[in-house]
Amino acid sequence: MSITLSTAHSVVEPSLLAKRSAGFIVIVYALISMAPLFWIFATGWKTPPDSISYPPKIVFNPSLEGYCNLFTTRTRQTTDYINALGPPQGTCDEVTRRREMVIAGASNYAPRFVNSLIIAFGSTFLAVSLGVFSAYAFSRFKIPLADDLLFFILSTRMMPPIAVAIPIYLMYREIGLSDTALGMILLYTAVNVSLAVWLLKGFIDEIPKEYEEAAMIDGYTRLHAFFKVVLPQAATGIAATAIFCLIFAWNEFAFAVLLTSGEAQTAPPFIPTIIGEGGMDWPAVGAGTTLFLIPILVFTILLRKHLLRGITFGAVRK
Amino acid sequence: MSTIDLLATRAVKATPPALSKAVRGLSDKTIAWIFIAPTIILLLAINIFPLVWTIYLSFTNYAANRPNRPVMNVGLKWYRDILGSPEVWAAMQATAHFVFWTILFQTLIGFGLAYLIDRKFKGHAFWTTIILIPMMLSPAVVGNFWKFLYQPQIGLFNYVISFFTGIEPSSFEMLGSVMLAPWAIVIVDTWMWTPYVMLICLAGLRSIPGYIYEAAEVDRASNWRQFWSITLPMALPFIMLAVLFRGIENFKMFDMVVLLTGGGPGSTTELASITLKRQAFEAYRTGYSSAFAIILFVAVFGLANIYVRTLNRVKQR
Repeated sequence: MSITLSTAHSVVEPSLLAKRSAGFIVIVYALISMAPLFWIFATGWKTPPDSISYPPKIVFNPSLEGYCNLFTTRTRQTTDYINALGPPQGTCDEVTRRREMVIAGASNYAPRFVNSLIIAFGSTFLAVSLGVFSAYAFSRFKIPLADDLLFFILSTRMMPPIAVAIPIYLMYREIGLSDTALGMILLYTAVNVSLAVWLLKGFIDEIPKEYEEAAMIDGYTRLHAFFKVVLPQAATGIAATAIFCLIFAWNEFAFAVLLTSGEAQTAPPFIPTIIGEGGMDWPAVGAGTTLFLIPILVFTILLRKHLLRGITFGAVRK
Repeated sequence: MSTIDLLATRAVKATPPALSKAVRGLSDKTIAWIFIAPTIILLLAINIFPLVWTIYLSFTNYAANRPNRPVMNVGLKWYRDILGSPEVWAAMQATAHFVFWTILFQTLIGFGLAYLIDRKFKGHAFWTTIILIPMMLSPAVVGNFWKFLYQPQIGLFNYVISFFTGIEPSSFEMLGSVMLAPWAIVIVDTWMWTPYVMLICLAGLRSIPGYIYEAAEVDRASNWRQFWSITLPMALPFIMLAVLFRGIENFKMFDMVVLLTGGGPGSTTELASITLKRQAFEAYRTGYSSAFAIILFVAVFGLANIYVRTLNRVKQR
């Protein structure tokens, strides 16, 4: 029987048993590695007492308290004061009053989230725009010392962020860019442009030169051929590169925590500072983390075909 | 629309619009420099100028919180101080421990997973995407929520360990114990970055052409033999690439560990970047920390050089 099985498939094709057991181990690993994420997601829907109960609660009554606490600041009030108030307005008001507190105002989460959006999209747009021109030049023209320049561009990304942050901190203090969105956009652009050049050069290398040459024989100028022929052909590559830049800027913490403190602070330095009474407000942290991670999950699924290229700076293509 | 109309529209579209002579006259060389210049200028302003400034500061006694104090040249004092400082060597040791063990675990598990995924079982594409998720997340946010999982009484991690081993969940503190904290950060980094190594290894395994295995099968080479003489050597450049990348990244590690342990307990998990941050932004020893930054940068730059050479070799295959 085993003989018929082993000759039934191509010699390089693993046997059914091998496939099934491989699949089983991989799925078990995937489920275990997802557990921390499920846990933080679930914590967002717990009440603070549920979130710190022992044993940890796997089954619980979902509550909006985490999300309410994430977006509001609250003050403790006497029962008399709360009873004297009118009927609660909305779920969050009700949930807060049950803890003998009233909503004092909006928390900083929403503005920090918006900062993250502005800085991530701004720096991505700049990095990809600069990157696509440079990548085209490196791909198509003979540039003296091209390899050295490319290495120089890449090496800027190898610096430890804290090492770069010291002089940037001093420089921004001098020219008034500390704690501004513009300062962060410029900094993230500089970090991302190296990735953009390397990735986009790979994508443009794959577009046959003949396309532009044909267009130029038809009377297009080089610039026109670039805009009308090369850019549309590189659209997928540009989109993939942009998503990689977005993810970097969205996730970045070291520069953000050292160079921003108020106005321009992004979400990653803010989330760990969410505290309730007597320690971390874990449901609010869970809620904030969930909302912060959702865009990344969407991007990961969109990018799955280009991930390999992105994480190796285009060194490995498929 | 008739064929002639279609042809006419196409002809109109294909005719390049008139451009001014100035633009038309641009030579390829000019265009090349116009295209590259903005990137280079930005990198000079945001990366190179600060780097040069750091080098300058590393020879001075400048302190960022006392900008009005007269700046004095101290020569190589900071470099000597750093290389002779037990605190720095402790940080280097913590970094080496972290880099070594994370790379070892990530390579073993990552390659193992890639090998299994390459058996191409049903649904492998879907599960691969699921496995990749942790590496896309923000390291800071990851560090923050693992701190929750590691809580001694209430955390999921301690609960699961006690569930399987029977050890009291409150009897060990992953982040509070001098013995366990260095392993706590290794576990989180391995959880987060194993997918990265897996993805690169998977590309390596898929680059091996099937006919080599067919030939080996004809020669009656055992599976064991095939693995050691075909699979591993042919995937090796990819594994090395992954190792170098992780090495560089983890040498610079800051965000995840800062949020998880803050360098503690004591200074057991104080990696080089964390020491640097303390000196630069808490003690405001700007000159000293600049010198430290330069030393770290030289080390990373050395790694980067090796990395680019390996990368080129992988590319040529």
